[in-house]
Amino acid sequence: MNALLQVRKLSRHYGQRIGCQDVSFDLHPGELLCIVGESGSGKSTLLNTMAAQLAPSAGSIRYRQKNDAWLELDALSEADRRRLAREEWGFVTQNPRDGLRLNVSAGANVAERLMALGMRDYGRLREIASSWLARVEIDPLRIDDAPTSFSGGMQQRLQIARTLVTQPRLVFMDEPTAGLDVSVQARILDLLRRLVNELGLAAVMVTHDLAVARLLAARTMVMQGGCVVETGLTDQILDDPQHPYTQLLVSSVLTT
Amino acid sequence: MTPTYNFAFLDENTKRMLRRALLKAVAIPGYQVPFGSREMPLPYGWGTGGIQVTAALLGPDDVLKVIDQGADDTTNAVNIRRFFARTAGVATTERTAEASVIQTRHRIPETPLREDQILVFQVPEPEPLRTLEPREAETRTMHALADYGLMHVKLYEDIAQYGHIATSYDYPVLVDGRFLTSPSPIPKFDNPKLDHSPALMLFGAGREKRLYAIPPYTQVESLAFDDHPFEIQRWEHQCALCGSGESYLDEVVVDDCGTRMFVCSDTDYCGEHLAEAVA
Repeated sequence: MNALLQVRKLSRHYGQRIGCQDVSFDLHPGELLCIVGESGSGKSTLLNTMAAQLAPSAGSIRYRQKNDAWLELDALSEADRRRLAREEWGFVTQNPRDGLRLNVSAGANVAERLMALGMRDYGRLREIASSWLARVEIDPLRIDDAPTSFSGGMQQRLQIARTLVTQPRLVFMDEPTAGLDVSVQARILDLLRRLVNELGLAAVMVTHDLAVARLLAARTMVMQGGCVVETGLTDQILDDPQHPYTQLLVSSVLTT
Repeated sequence: MTPTYNFAFLDENTKRMLRRALLKAVAIPGYQVPFGSREMPLPYGWGTGGIQVTAALLGPDDVLKVIDQGADDTTNAVNIRRFFARTAGVATTERTAEASVIQTRHRIPETPLREDQILVFQVPEPEPLRTLEPREAETRTMHALADYGLMHVKLYEDIAQYGHIATSYDYPVLVDGRFLTSPSPIPKFDNPKLDHSPALMLFGAGREKRLYAIPPYTQVESLAFDDHPFEIQRWEHQCALCGSGESYLDEVVVDDCGTRMFVCSDTDYCGEHLAEAVA
């Protein structure tokens, strides 16, 4: 099967400091890849560089479009980058307030990407928005409420609905469950797993929580100091870690 | 005319700069052209953009009309008309049909305009996306890429909150199928007059230092949803003075008991309509 995203020798430096270094991997359609590692290990830098929000210092990223043509992301114009981000990709931020438009209603938030794609039928937009709210377990009666009146977990679910409404082929997620309490986390993870399966989308998720990787991802990449130290099937990595850092990471998970 | 001023107040180099910007604006309908806005002898918000455009356009043979909310006899209109009478010595008029240049604040005259007339708008905020996107760099990129989905978010919000598109003035338009443009705070009642207008329409924003234009016979589309089409205001009343049922009406409170009357906002149109009715 053809890969959806090909990352080769990707590096991103901040002046002298290393953000991420020499990262290579393939992402296949329908696959969910988790990037784990401690704070400052370069996970978010890698994610932002892949999503073309940061320019890489070295290396290449190729994305296979709907028409099977490969797209080199560093040669991408601003117009194409925006079109891609609008039509084929999604990005879920750690803090839902960064990803949502807080001064308009929940329904407008969900419908925004559809309107950007040119949908001009209010009734239909409303229908889709309310069905997506239901899908992410938000009461559709709250469609006209401001996202600021939502709880943190609801805001995150709203952001997921807003991102997935256009059925993107590839979604980037930056610690979508960090900062939420455990029961809310569990519901969001469950929701994500269901949606990823239903829509068959590929996703790259950054997390520092190994339980999240265990629950969602088939494949996991472990990062330390900007480099990938270990990569493989999630179960393999978590049950039989090879690299000393991974061993440390796995053994430091609290069990209750 | 006061001889100590250059003709029409501005120096010739400034007028040349303005004319170049205006030519560019006409060449790219709806595109906001930056220009070096000068300090004028009236405060920002009183029409400094419009007055500079008018100064760059006027010739000795022009006949100038100035309206403020449709009226020829309000402070802003009287001041600007007197300003150009003094500094350029041009003839002024209150009759729409007789004017060659009409500077306006917040209205388009009811009398249909002709090819030999130019309408100059005073614009407080030239950027229609500003309330939705505060960053100038971002709005410029959105214009460059024609990435205008955000404008519909505002219209969506209107319908969700009020049941209809409640934006009643400064209603966003798409000029020549390309640039999202603010028509200046004219009531949406006037938006249809922008579409394929025979007269050249020029817009000046003095504080924001931007000019833009809608050339004659250019397509101007007011944004809307398929199932919530664009609609203009309608009244159950007719003008209390001239009896017109077709013009834009102002609601005026006439005493302390809340008695109201509806009158034409366009004073010239109202006067002429009344004269016709009497004759």
